[in-house]
Amino acid sequence: MTAKKSPLDKFISKRANNVSPSGIRKFFDLLQDMENVISLGVGEPDYATPWHISEAAVKSLEKGYTMYTSNSGILELRNLTSQYLKDKYGISYKPEGEILITVGVSEALDLAMRAILNPGDEVIMTDPHYVAYDASVILAEGKPVMVRTSAKNNFAVEAKDIEAKITAKTKAILIGFPSNPTGAVMTRQKLLDLAAVAKKHNLMVISDEIYARLTYEGEHTCFASLPGVKNNTILLGGFSKAYAMTGWRVGYAVAPPEIIAAMTKIHQYTIMCAPTPAQVAAIEALKTGEPDVVEMVEDYNRRRKVIVKGFNDIGLPCFEPKGAFYAFPSITPTGMTSERFSEALLKEEKVAVVPGSAFGKCGEGFIRCCYATSLADIEEALNRMERFVKKHKK
Amino acid sequence: MLKDILKILENDAHASEKQIATMVGVSAAEVTNVIKQAEKDRIILKYKTVVNWDKADGDEQVWALIEVKVKPEPEAGFDAIASRVARYEQVRSLYLASGTYDLLLVVVDKSEHKVADFVSQNLAHIDGVQATVTHFVLKRYKDDGELLDGGEGVKRQQVVL
Repeated sequence: MTAKKSPLDKFISKRANNVSPSGIRKFFDLLQDMENVISLGVGEPDYATPWHISEAAVKSLEKGYTMYTSNSGILELRNLTSQYLKDKYGISYKPEGEILITVGVSEALDLAMRAILNPGDEVIMTDPHYVAYDASVILAEGKPVMVRTSAKNNFAVEAKDIEAKITAKTKAILIGFPSNPTGAVMTRQKLLDLAAVAKKHNLMVISDEIYARLTYEGEHTCFASLPGVKNNTILLGGFSKAYAMTGWRVGYAVAPPEIIAAMTKIHQYTIMCAPTPAQVAAIEALKTGEPDVVEMVEDYNRRRKVIVKGFNDIGLPCFEPKGAFYAFPSITPTGMTSERFSEALLKEEKVAVVPGSAFGKCGEGFIRCCYATSLADIEEALNRMERFVKKHKK
Repeated sequence: MLKDILKILENDAHASEKQIATMVGVSAAEVTNVIKQAEKDRIILKYKTVVNWDKADGDEQVWALIEVKVKPEPEAGFDAIASRVARYEQVRSLYLASGTYDLLLVVVDKSEHKVADFVSQNLAHIDGVQATVTHFVLKRYKDDGELLDGGEGVKRQQVVL
């Protein structure tokens, strides 16, 4: 999908050419000149960061705390992260050597892939999946291998389907639950099955748990907390979604020392360290942000129920997403492709959603709708979409 | 369930019983019953709107915080005096507070003159009122948890993957 031919094309690496541009550029262009758009197309909280967290960063700036931190991140933040993981999931990772503070999970994912993959190594992941998953593998010259998931199984993945994709070249399994884009979660049993497969074939599991706190029924199971998986797990987490801190760009990777050492090497030569004020804010988040998380999650949950019921009522079948802040309704009753549906919906009713096909072939026939927006906007979006569906129903 | 419903209504009195029912996971009829009972028990007192009158043309408003030092009555303590003060409709809020004074009033009226009249002709004459200190509000920044200005907020990107 390279645009026009240019004499500069010869400078663009194969590596860069191998990843396709984001599937929603078209929507950005359309949105530019539109007003009164209700957007369900975002991927972040509608809250600003709780003020006491922002204030901690402001104060640190006033004190002149503007220098680099250690490559691994401020020790206090690693200590608190270690403590948090112990309290929450009963897992034990040393602040020194087993935890690396990164520029969000995005960087951590890139580091993990570059640290473990040789050219041609295969990484198994679900289809649909978050857009950076296959890209990070391709950029590390690995090969993404897809396992189909479907609404029939609420977009959870079965260990046996993963096992069926394992070849001599398989190096790792990349999972992200609760899921962006589907809102799917994995039961503890399903994760245990997956862990058994990973251990049997000695594969690394990279578990992106950025949405862990946004779990609405039961407790989130941290993959790293399963028995005997420590040497096969790279756990990725962060502050963006739970604490409404997307713009701060701070996350972490947690893994055995050999892995963290390799990731830290790449991190130190490319990033140096995560932004210092953001790390200070993250410290405050871990120390005092828990009540904020609880309150926000309660609020997302209320809106989740409204939007899921709303989609089912207007004739867009939607399974119950038990995590993250996305609903993933089927649009097949309209007979349109996801992309056509999304484009027409934007043009005709000014509601922005993301076509499921942007997240993989199995996302075709679905749209991703973020409900981290006001209840009034959700209601209005549902009204507009009801009109749209009525008009286009097959 | 009552607590969940109250939380929703406290933030948005507009929320319909149907909406609340979906959010709480019970029937709309049940929500109606719980709300009716809460109204009867005076847990829910009133459904109001937070208004920024400064932005609406016409009605000028003056706000004042008035500290009142009182001599409590032997039997009824502060309550008897407080209930007398509370009867004036310009008294928007009334609290008993610890510290250098006893009662704190939030008074809203049409002009400074009217507030002054209230203090000198009504408040000062109530038995047990020993001293008053009136602070006129120069600017309201935040009311009932809402910022009065700067509410435009920061724009999010409209589509993010």
